[in-house]
Amino acid sequence: MRILVVALVLGMLSSLARADLPTHEFSLDNGLRVLVREDHRAPVITVMIWFKAGSIDEAPHETGLAHLLEHMMFKGTKHLGPGEYSRIVARFGGSDNAFTSYDYTAYFQQYESSRLPLALELEAERLKNLEIDDQEFHRELRVVMEERRQRTDDNPNALAWEKFQAVARPGTGYAHPIIGWRDLLAQLQPEQARSWFQRYYVPSNATLVIAGDVTEEQVRPLVQRFFGKLPAGQTPPRPKLSLEPPAGERRLSLRLPVKVPALYMTYNVPSLTTAEDKKAFYTLTMLAGVLDGGLSARIETDLVRGQRLAAGAGAGYSGLQRGSGTFTFTATPNPDVTLEQLEQALLDQVRALAETPPSAEEMERVRASVTASQVYQRDSVMGQAMELGMLSTLGLDWRLAGEFEANLAEVTAEDVRDAARQWLVDERRTTALVLPKELPKELPEAAKSENAQPEEQ
Amino acid sequence: MRAMKTAILGVMCAWLLAGCASFPASERQVRQAEPAAPELDIQSWHTSGGARVMFVQSEALPMLDVRLVMNAGGARDGDLPGLAAMTSALIGEGARGLSVDDIARGFEDKGAQFSSGSYQDMAVISLRTLSEPQWRDPALTLLARVAGQPTFPPDALERIRTQMLQGLKMERQVPGPQVQKAYQKLLFGDHPYGHAEGGTLESLPGIQRQDLVDYHQRYYTAGNTVIALVGDVSRAQAERIAQRLSDALPQGGAAPALPRARALPTRKVEHLTFPSTQTHILLGNQATWRGDPDHVALYVGNYILGGGGFASLLTQEVREKRGYVYGISSYFKPMAAGGPFTVQLQTANDNASDALALTLDQIRRFIAEGPSEEELAMAKDNILGGMALETADNGDIIGQLGAIGFYDLPLDYLQRFNQQVRDLTVADIQAAMRKAVDPDHLAIVSIGPKAPAQPAKQTVESNESQGKNQ
Repeated sequence: MRILVVALVLGMLSSLARADLPTHEFSLDNGLRVLVREDHRAPVITVMIWFKAGSIDEAPHETGLAHLLEHMMFKGTKHLGPGEYSRIVARFGGSDNAFTSYDYTAYFQQYESSRLPLALELEAERLKNLEIDDQEFHRELRVVMEERRQRTDDNPNALAWEKFQAVARPGTGYAHPIIGWRDLLAQLQPEQARSWFQRYYVPSNATLVIAGDVTEEQVRPLVQRFFGKLPAGQTPPRPKLSLEPPAGERRLSLRLPVKVPALYMTYNVPSLTTAEDKKAFYTLTMLAGVLDGGLSARIETDLVRGQRLAAGAGAGYSGLQRGSGTFTFTATPNPDVTLEQLEQALLDQVRALAETPPSAEEMERVRASVTASQVYQRDSVMGQAMELGMLSTLGLDWRLAGEFEANLAEVTAEDVRDAARQWLVDERRTTALVLPKELPKELPEAAKSENAQPEEQ
Repeated sequence: MRAMKTAILGVMCAWLLAGCASFPASERQVRQAEPAAPELDIQSWHTSGGARVMFVQSEALPMLDVRLVMNAGGARDGDLPGLAAMTSALIGEGARGLSVDDIARGFEDKGAQFSSGSYQDMAVISLRTLSEPQWRDPALTLLARVAGQPTFPPDALERIRTQMLQGLKMERQVPGPQVQKAYQKLLFGDHPYGHAEGGTLESLPGIQRQDLVDYHQRYYTAGNTVIALVGDVSRAQAERIAQRLSDALPQGGAAPALPRARALPTRKVEHLTFPSTQTHILLGNQATWRGDPDHVALYVGNYILGGGGFASLLTQEVREKRGYVYGISSYFKPMAAGGPFTVQLQTANDNASDALALTLDQIRRFIAEGPSEEELAMAKDNILGGMALETADNGDIIGQLGAIGFYDLPLDYLQRFNQQVRDLTVADIQAAMRKAVDPDHLAIVSIGPKAPAQPAKQTVESNESQGKNQ
């Protein structure tokens, strides 16, 4: 194992997080952005390509298209038959996969480091020469329908969550599930996938990230060789998806085949990209840490342990998004506790924060965990590639990751209180109560028909 | 070595119909590079209390991972299913002179990450901390007390019991955990691997505080523990840390060996009725254990059949060619006293009978014929070419150390594994698979609205003479 040659000044913790590994950034003439993170501790590389195209970019009639296209990226190109891409990756000791999110679609390969040229050539091949065959498309659509059954249709909590999001994020691309509404997904056609590919899979809409045991000198000529001749392309205009002014208080009650009830609460709040004052992002991050930054934070201490209302509960801020962010609570009650009691307890937590700033100890604990996480995060080459790719794809500077700790340090306890007052308010909140629905005895037969889950129609 | 590479080139040309010269152009260059496979420098010793220590020094980052691995998993539950899991869940909920709040704050004030978990063979306690003494020392002091002197406070016991019961109820909302438990029970019956580690709605209410105290005293002993350390500390520091942790644990020896599990002698079929849109199917049998001399042959054989993700036969046949499933895979799970071979798939209810027949057919064919030379060459390339990824970061390494220490494997286990992969032949795999798995004696457990049709035991219309050229 090679040892990282970076001077680490161990005396001061703040310097630990700043022991930055070399990161290089450049663009090709066609607009492809390239980020290289050098980390030579082990002879491995991660190669990722990120496209600014996710399910928020889908029109209402084409939900699920971004994700289905992601699947089709493995189904053949001019030079590769269906599945051959992954077989070549495997043959050279690598692993590969991809993921589709609301905001982006990303593809990755992980290898021993001598495989770099192959990784780049393979990635360029499908960007240049993807071929979507009608028959392959329909076969893969069946696979994705199975994926949807497995992840969502047979899991009442996942069904509840998808219905909840539809109400919690109205009028934005975040309101439909990434995998697509079942009926619409089933109707997707190959020409829609081809159109999606042409719209978004162009160099000027992509970031290539290479992390691990590489140097910029190795990477530059290879990227130029494999990606340089691709035309820049152009993408359609995309508006900013902001939920301002607030949509108003929303509430839904869902009856589903759950055995344990559940409560979801989401506030529409700014993200780092939509916030007028970026400090809102850092303040909401601290607020989430005070509520649920660990087993010593308020949710676990007060709700799970102290009042013992919840079997499980959590709070989180999703602020790294292209559109507005969310501040979300989820909880499952203990037996003999009603969802209304649980809801009241969560609202009491919000009210307490809006009235009284968190203690100095709480603020310090959140900062300690962030400081340590910045070191831990460096343990994984994939983790580093993820961080660079995500920030770049959201239109943010990758250097923000290094400034994260310093920006959090500027947040005061009073700022946290003020953020609770400003953002965690009724008119920004959606609440869902998920309650058991007893199934009729003969359902095994009924479940075969589409009517088994009428709420899905 | 050369000869093998030439053979591979031929193979590549065969399946890259577009021709080697044109695509991928970088293939020749990449093929000539010998993939690096760094060797782990594992240091190992015993503490005076009998704990085996496994240590890898890594100065790359100012952090330290510590993992205690006890021979104290669900297999030691006895007649109280869930006892090991509940004991593990209460580690960190109270220790001598410390409340759960003190413990949570103690770790989190220092940015340390603490967790405990329980599996079939093992109970695991993990700590990740910054390695600089001002952060490391308080976290390690706390770890020693939390692991060695838990108090099992009655209020915490009731809270954790309720959480576990709620968790069990939630598992009944979805098909996966239910079919998994039924499969485990059918396969292992009364053997210590035969019950769900998380306990049952019936067993959890009966577990008393004294049961937890006794379990900890008996199984969380120094002599029953592997202490793995990876990170930025010296050998001398690692010795002191390991000794302190060992001293803090109850003193005592290793747990007795478990009886070896036996394979089912016949096919056994079970179906659970559940109103899901998919039918989940598990097929398999007891097949191996950690000391199995065929371990590497089975590992590689399984990689080819269903362990190799998109490259595997099952994924190609059942998903890629027919679109029956999103996920299908197979695995051997070698444990101390047994280890099942399992194939799992999930498919729309209407496809269940066809998908099951096809899957059984693939298993039978593979066990009868073994892999082709080409398939074996590809598997070797994948496994050997990807070794660097197995030990790339501290998180990977601590996992390897825990397993090597717990199962008493040689320190050069990973190098030996590589060498055995290199030496493996098609005949080795065929013989090992035939010995380990009888396709007519599989447990077949499913869940869904309706049981899939059970294929006859000999579904292959002797296609064996056609070989594998499809």
